[in-house]
Amino acid sequence: MKPSAFRYALPSTLRDAIDIRARFEDSVILAGGQSLIPTMNFRLANPEVVIDLRKLDELNYVRVADGVVRIGAMARQRVVEQNDEVAAANPLIRETLLNVAHPVIRNRGTVGGSLAHADPSAELPTLLTTMRGAITVCGPSGRRTIAAEDFFEFIFTTAMEPDELLVEAAIPALEPGEGWAFAEFARRHGDYSVAGVAVTLKLGADRRIDRVRLGACGIATTPALLTECERFLTGKSPSPELFAEAGTLARDAVTVSDDSATSKVYRQHVLAGLVARNLTTAMTRTDGA
Amino acid sequence: MTETTEFEPNALVRINVEVNGRAVSEEVSTRLLLSDFLRHQLRLTGTHVGCEHGVCGACTVHIDGTPARSCLTLAVQVDGCSIRTVEGLANADGSLHPVQQAFKECHALQCGFCTPGFMMAVAGLLDERDDLRTAEDDSIREDIAGNVCRCTGYMNIVSAVRRAAELTNEKG
Ligand SMILES: Cc1cc2nc3c(=O)[nH]c(=O)nc-3n(C[C@H](O)[C@H](O)[C@H](O)COP(=O)(O)OP(=O)(O)OC[C@H]3O[C@@H](n4cnc5c(N)ncnc54)[C@H](O)[C@@H]3O)c2cc1C
Ligand code: FES
Ligand code: FES
Repeated sequence: MKPSAFRYALPSTLRDAIDIRARFEDSVILAGGQSLIPTMNFRLANPEVVIDLRKLDELNYVRVADGVVRIGAMARQRVVEQNDEVAAANPLIRETLLNVAHPVIRNRGTVGGSLAHADPSAELPTLLTTMRGAITVCGPSGRRTIAAEDFFEFIFTTAMEPDELLVEAAIPALEPGEGWAFAEFARRHGDYSVAGVAVTLKLGADRRIDRVRLGACGIATTPALLTECERFLTGKSPSPELFAEAGTLARDAVTVSDDSATSKVYRQHVLAGLVARNLTTAMTRTDGA
Repeated sequence: MTETTEFEPNALVRINVEVNGRAVSEEVSTRLLLSDFLRHQLRLTGTHVGCEHGVCGACTVHIDGTPARSCLTLAVQVDGCSIRTVEGLANADGSLHPVQQAFKECHALQCGFCTPGFMMAVAGLLDERDDLRTAEDDSIREDIAGNVCRCTGYMNIVSAVRRAAELTNEKG
């Protein structure tokens, strides 16, 4: 099991990477390689050109400013997870990353690679979507920023053009007093999950739900926003019954059918439980709870 | 600032790496995996290859001090890096690394196929966590969940992780 032969390109600038990408029909980007190399080892992917971004320090950064966490595409998942400034601005980011694969995989895997790969079972695309984050891509005609909700189009399919590269992910910080939770249910720790849920929760001065964000992975052909649940919860007083009802409401968002290990009904059951549980966790982390 | 470079398919590329403290300069094919570079080209067969798609952990080595899958890394990607394999764990005088000692004492291996990968992952863990001596089983299992063993049932591996932390601590 070896990758088939390919032309190997090692650009030293983003400009050069874009030029190389424009020159070839069939190029792939090599970031952390944790999804790409397995598919090349199996020869599911036989790219003509592999463009290795490892020299692009300009894409390897994490910045927190003006209420936004900006993560360069080549920042390693593990580095972002261990960044205390990121965790202070938005603790949901660390909690989500801890559920991505295993530490040894996160040591190499990049944030940009996971987003570009666009696996609907993956945690990071769901984090970006739930947080209403944004993804910046860059191609021959320059940079453009796409709302995460519009970026993920289908399984392994994004709004990126073939000649574009993903350069940055932007995730809003949480507001003071805003609660958060990410949890998933997987058959073994580190496996892709049956379902996973991300939540943020903010109460108003009247102790009613002022703003709630809810998203899920593993249940549809893209990361799923549970907008119906969000609407249902907004303006109401939090209670265990309310959270359980929100869970029941979430069931309809499951659109994937049965797979070899998991039936649709079981997935709905897991999702409902996770929604209620994560809302409860987020609630305990709100101000004054 | 280094130049942008491109290599034809099957081109040989010279890479300079430090392997277990020794400087190595070798020509490699661009499609050669790090695992095969270590095993076939350098004859360091301690690094085992189980699945070649990142799932079993047998091929774990350290790249610049951090555990990584050598089967999911191209040899050309580690040009300029320092690599440590299981052959580099023991001390120069032959005395065992705390992880090796602990695996031996706790009977944490049977066939030994998974062992090099486990030991490299655990060695990385020891560098990162100072609470392992008293850690709950669950939290240890979570951190080694990326490595698969088909023989031991994991109980003794979990004990060995704790014992390795103890031994590291004794050495100060
Ligand atoms: C055993 C194992 C378990 C895993 N479990 C999980 C899990 O539970 N959850 C999860 O989310 N992931 C999991 N992964 C995948 C892992 O998180 C990958 O790191 C991630 O999906 C891809 O990141 P990468 O940097 O390795 O990208 P690569 O593998 O290098 O690239 C992935 C894809 O994205 C493209 N790409 C990468 N960067 C860019 C860019 N800047 N612009 C345009 N295209 C780009 C590549 O061309 C390729 O098609 C697992 C992987 C393994 C091996
Ligand atoms: S051989 Fe690399 S993880 Fe299995
Ligand atoms: S000891 Fe045989 S696979 Fe682990």
